[in-house]
Amino acid sequence: MSTVTDTTTAATSLLRFATAGSVDDGKSTLVGRLLHDSKSVLADQLEAVEHASRSRGAGAPDLALLTDGLRAEREQGITIDVAYRYFATPRRRFILADTPGHVQYTRNMVTGASTAQAAVVLVDARNGVVEQTRRHAAVAALLRVPHVVLAVNKMDLAGYAEPVFAAIAEEFTAYASGLGVPEVTAIPVSALAGDNVVAPSAHMDWYGGPTVLEYLETVPVVTDPTADPARFPVQYTIRPQTAEHPDYRGYAGQIASGVLRVGEPVTVLPSGRTSTIAAIDALGQSVDVAWAPQSVTVRLADDLDVSRGDLIAPTAGAPQVTRDVEATVCHLADQPLLPGARVLLKHTTRTVRALVKDIPSRLTLDDLSQHPAPGRLEANDIGRVTLRTAEPLALDPYAGSRHTGSFLLIDPGDGTTLTAGMAGEAFAAGPGEPSGDEGWDF
Amino acid sequence: MSAAGSPFALPHLEVLESEAVHVFREVAGEFERPVLLFSGGKDSIVMLHLALKAFAPAPLPFALLHVDTGHNFPEVLAYRDRTVAGHGLRLHVASVQEAIDTGRVRERPDGTRNPLQTVPLLDAITRHRFDAVFGGGRRDEEKARAKERVFSLRDEFGGWDPRRQRPELWQLYNGRHAPGEHVRVFPLSNFTELDVWQYIAREKIELPAIYFAHRREVFARGGMWLAPGAWGGPRDGEDTQIRTVRYRTVGDMSCTGAVDSHAATIEEVITEITASRLTERGATRADDRLSEAAMEDRKREGYF
Repeated sequence: MSTVTDTTTAATSLLRFATAGSVDDGKSTLVGRLLHDSKSVLADQLEAVEHASRSRGAGAPDLALLTDGLRAEREQGITIDVAYRYFATPRRRFILADTPGHVQYTRNMVTGASTAQAAVVLVDARNGVVEQTRRHAAVAALLRVPHVVLAVNKMDLAGYAEPVFAAIAEEFTAYASGLGVPEVTAIPVSALAGDNVVAPSAHMDWYGGPTVLEYLETVPVVTDPTADPARFPVQYTIRPQTAEHPDYRGYAGQIASGVLRVGEPVTVLPSGRTSTIAAIDALGQSVDVAWAPQSVTVRLADDLDVSRGDLIAPTAGAPQVTRDVEATVCHLADQPLLPGARVLLKHTTRTVRALVKDIPSRLTLDDLSQHPAPGRLEANDIGRVTLRTAEPLALDPYAGSRHTGSFLLIDPGDGTTLTAGMAGEAFAAGPGEPSGDEGWDF
Repeated sequence: MSAAGSPFALPHLEVLESEAVHVFREVAGEFERPVLLFSGGKDSIVMLHLALKAFAPAPLPFALLHVDTGHNFPEVLAYRDRTVAGHGLRLHVASVQEAIDTGRVRERPDGTRNPLQTVPLLDAITRHRFDAVFGGGRRDEEKARAKERVFSLRDEFGGWDPRRQRPELWQLYNGRHAPGEHVRVFPLSNFTELDVWQYIAREKIELPAIYFAHRREVFARGGMWLAPGAWGGPRDGEDTQIRTVRYRTVGDMSCTGAVDSHAATIEEVITEITASRLTERGATRADDRLSEAAMEDRKREGYF
């Protein structure tokens, strides 16, 4: 397990990040530049892009073709869906959620941001912070992406001028911290010319910070799991009932947060029964301690009734169980979400029936104003929702855990994923009022 | 703080492993009749390894399905049968040859059987009422695959509609489906080719010998080294020669090319692909070169 030292892998960490940017602000070029300049584009891929560019009559290879993979996307020259890209440097491996910038695809940025440890928000230096930039910052704050990078792009078209960059960086940072974004790093770049993407710029001596890639290579990804209470959603009961293992009964799952230790008193929710951890099997090795995000199998000292959907937590720090859920949600489906809707709610490994009791408000991302009693949520809408579930859930606030605070609403009829939910009161926990906004409750 | 310095840092392979195991257990917990596609290629071998770890010490709670093109490398079939016997697994075989013999599909003029796998695969899914089908697809393989979900709903015709994909957030996978529909599941979605090889090295997983450099009779066609065989090569005017080669992917003999290589160990293979300027499919798969959207088009028809 963690004690294994392996020269090929030990030093490499994994960063998941998402990109966001408006149409035409150069996001595809930035992504293409990151892949190309980090030498992650191989000869046959580049050849395919050059061939496709030529057959369209383009003079130079269009790096956006590296990322727009579907027929409809290439035909229309737009990105319509999240794509995942992979690249590596000697310091780190990266999973990039490449999200479309178009207004109507807010749900796709929400999708990409849900697993991201960092978000790169692009703005055009000539336009500065625009509505779409605020929308991206709000989504990053809502999804609690720990690190936000502001890439001020097209600096070549703004004379590489420091005051242009400084004004945009200041405006964005003030806005984002008002939303509760814990950390913003601003970087002046030209994706087209390659300034400060992978290599430092020769045109901006006044900038002393990291390039985009340097930032991504060094931003911390490991948090201290001992700071969070342990949460272990049970996925599957392993009972071999073989001659070799006649009495083995293990609860398989992935540790959602915190640390599990052998000998620790635990409570199984929602039943509330207690026991202690007798053993932890970490994919083939018996260990005394394991932590998020390891997949393990836990055995308890007592023979309790535990099954898929239950949550094992330390008795000292177990969450409350509730049938009344308040949440901020992003509606994903084309059919609207209405009060009174009967839905399924999937939370960790548990799926329960739920009723949409009320939709008290809808957020307008453009100016972050809230509209009371909207009556419904349409696709890409973000709003507050109250739900009542048929069975109790061990739900944490999303602010405390992205794993045990998140849920999906699903249409019980056709299985459509309707809504992404984040439990708890509000997403902006920053001190003070966001600039110029009254009645803020998200 | 550097990640590697923290006592709680997990190597990236362990993160990917935990994630894949999570996917296997989700499917076992939510579906009635899952099946694991097993070709004897490195990705399906890694999938099987992860699945065995996910449910140990219990036996695998699902069977394997091999879509047999009839043009397999003998070393790979031998590996498949050895693995199935060694772990006491259940194996279903969907045969392209049988589908040709019974008139379900027609042999193509170019002799390639890769696209012909779709019909026997869908027939087997229908016959056995499989509701979840694990595939070894990775998003780094191809542009259309970069858009693939971990849980990918397929309609009653097995088709993939990229515009109707469900958004997939956090690690909450929605596997609900109507009768007749099924879900393709890709536990290795976030692995790259290099990750797969590093994981094989870390776990000391045995592979079919053709993945390592060996002397083999080959002939050139379409810029690739193909192995002669009953599948129909070489044709007149195609001369065979003995070369030292290995395979980066394993599939149908008629469209899977060998690469010149002296990499005889896992470590040498890792060194080689780290330095390679070609993707594995660009180097060795003829069928992906058919058109700009070859993979997307085949996936729409129900290909894995």
